[in-house]
Amino acid sequence: MKILVLLKQVPDSDEVKLNPETGTMIREGVGTVINPLDLHALETALRIKETGDHSVTVVSMGPPAAEEAVREAIAMGADRAVLLTDRKFAGADTWATSMALARFAEKEGPFDLILAGEKATDGETGQVGPETGAMLGIPVATYVSRIAELDESGITIEREVEDGKEIWKLPLPSLVSVTKDVNEPRLPTLNGKKLARNASVERIGNDFLELDPSEIGLKGSPTRVVRIGTPKLSRKVEMYEGSSIRDGIDEIKKRLAPYLEVNHE
Amino acid sequence: MSDLLVIAERRGNEIHSSTFELLGKARELSIKRPLTVSVVVLSDKPVEEESAYALFSGGADRIILAVDRSFSRFNFEPYTKTLASIVREFAPEIVLAPATTSGRTYMPGLAALLKTGLTADCTGLDIEEETGNLLQTRPAIGGNIMATIKTPNHRPQMATVRPKTFSALKEAYESKSELVNFEVTPDLTQTEAKLIEFHPIGAGQKGVQDAEVIIAGGMGLRKVENMEPIFRLSKMINGTVGASRKIVDSKWIGHEAQVGLSGHTVKPKIYIAAGISGAVQHIAGMQTAEFIVAINRDRNAAIFNFADIGLVGDAVEILNELAKSLESEVKR
Repeated sequence: MKILVLLKQVPDSDEVKLNPETGTMIREGVGTVINPLDLHALETALRIKETGDHSVTVVSMGPPAAEEAVREAIAMGADRAVLLTDRKFAGADTWATSMALARFAEKEGPFDLILAGEKATDGETGQVGPETGAMLGIPVATYVSRIAELDESGITIEREVEDGKEIWKLPLPSLVSVTKDVNEPRLPTLNGKKLARNASVERIGNDFLELDPSEIGLKGSPTRVVRIGTPKLSRKVEMYEGSSIRDGIDEIKKRLAPYLEVNHE
Repeated sequence: MSDLLVIAERRGNEIHSSTFELLGKARELSIKRPLTVSVVVLSDKPVEEESAYALFSGGADRIILAVDRSFSRFNFEPYTKTLASIVREFAPEIVLAPATTSGRTYMPGLAALLKTGLTADCTGLDIEEETGNLLQTRPAIGGNIMATIKTPNHRPQMATVRPKTFSALKEAYESKSELVNFEVTPDLTQTEAKLIEFHPIGAGQKGVQDAEVIIAGGMGLRKVENMEPIFRLSKMINGTVGASRKIVDSKWIGHEAQVGLSGHTVKPKIYIAAGISGAVQHIAGMQTAEFIVAINRDRNAAIFNFADIGLVGDAVEILNELAKSLESEVKR
């Protein structure tokens, strides 16, 4: 079975600072890692690999600097790591990113199973998985918390949704995006790290994907960020401090009083 | 007049409240730019009269109803293909859906098929009168900034909105009450994906999303034992316990209690943030609460900027004090 895992590289800290004057992200000193939620997708693939004759390819789109994050996947046990990188891909939104990933999956496929994380910890859209699946014309299951069964006839999964738990059987190929409940990702082994150091990350550009310029990068992206701002402060706070704390507590008490459980005895 | 579609969220036979919140927002947008607001209902049976009436008075000019067995629960291929077909027929300028597990799945699929833009988890929606461009505001880069996003050259413009972000109409809308039955052809519902089982979760326990009063704890409580006054208070007032991401990561409480960007968005009547410093990710999840109380040792904590009242002091002491005082109230 051929398995493809979609990875994104993200800043390795959730404490990204902003330049207060320009409103832009301060990237200096912020490394990149594989999106932590994608590690659960990779782990899912690696556990499948351990059960038989399966191969795991990971693919990411990003600048050349993303190579280090992708290499980490080899240290964990992936067979092949691919970075879609090309100046022409720059500025891609989720649509254009999915387009490139879907084209890669088509050209290098067919893959029997495509795995993705729930969302990236930076953009938090969770859109690339389902968009890629729709572009490939295959079934998609999101919020998957357990892989129950997998064989040639398909994959049986559990999804956690607002009103309960669903169990689905999907045919192959399908795209499955997993939550962090699906497993506990392994750490890279020392051996794996050695292997990764010498392994090459394949770089693929649009020469290979042959997408129309209107479908890639900023030009291929329907959305535009038009304004960036810091969240606005909309309240005027009344502060209680030191000797006035008592008044503050009384104020909360007054607000909560209507909700007190009434004793009907 | 151009169209705006709201995709309805169903829970069993009920239309979920998030649908009415989107209808409320749609009516607000239609003041700036005339829009016919349609609500799309995908269901395995016709909508009940009561639900139809609620949707019309909730702000819909039109109900587009697509009925097929495969819509009993959300299924990716039938949903995306049918919705794409509906969008092609009605050619709306805007498509809105709740950012639920299903909305966050079919909307990307739909955007992919239609080659158009989609903005997830919008916290603000506005419209440019001239161009009809939808101004979609959402937290970005881990919630540290708010980005406003446009889809200038593609239609429809698509956005998902988390439940409890906007408000439903307070007064009934006088609707033309048009009901359109959309014919679902077999090619639209073709899929090999099969639902095998569904296990509903027991009703009764109020989730943090539906709570009227939330008392939320953060790292400022210092240790898990200090959650006790939060549980005690919340029980007294029939409230719900909320949490910052840090204490969920520290396993003081389950993920279901987490408020914020990677947890739940909440809109209670009262929100008490105890020992929560106010990371933007957290703020994004609770800033639409009606009344916010912040309790923190650090008078410069960001949370105070978003609160209606702020108490500077030890959250554990203050909560204990408050609980004691409320207890004496009950006894009296």
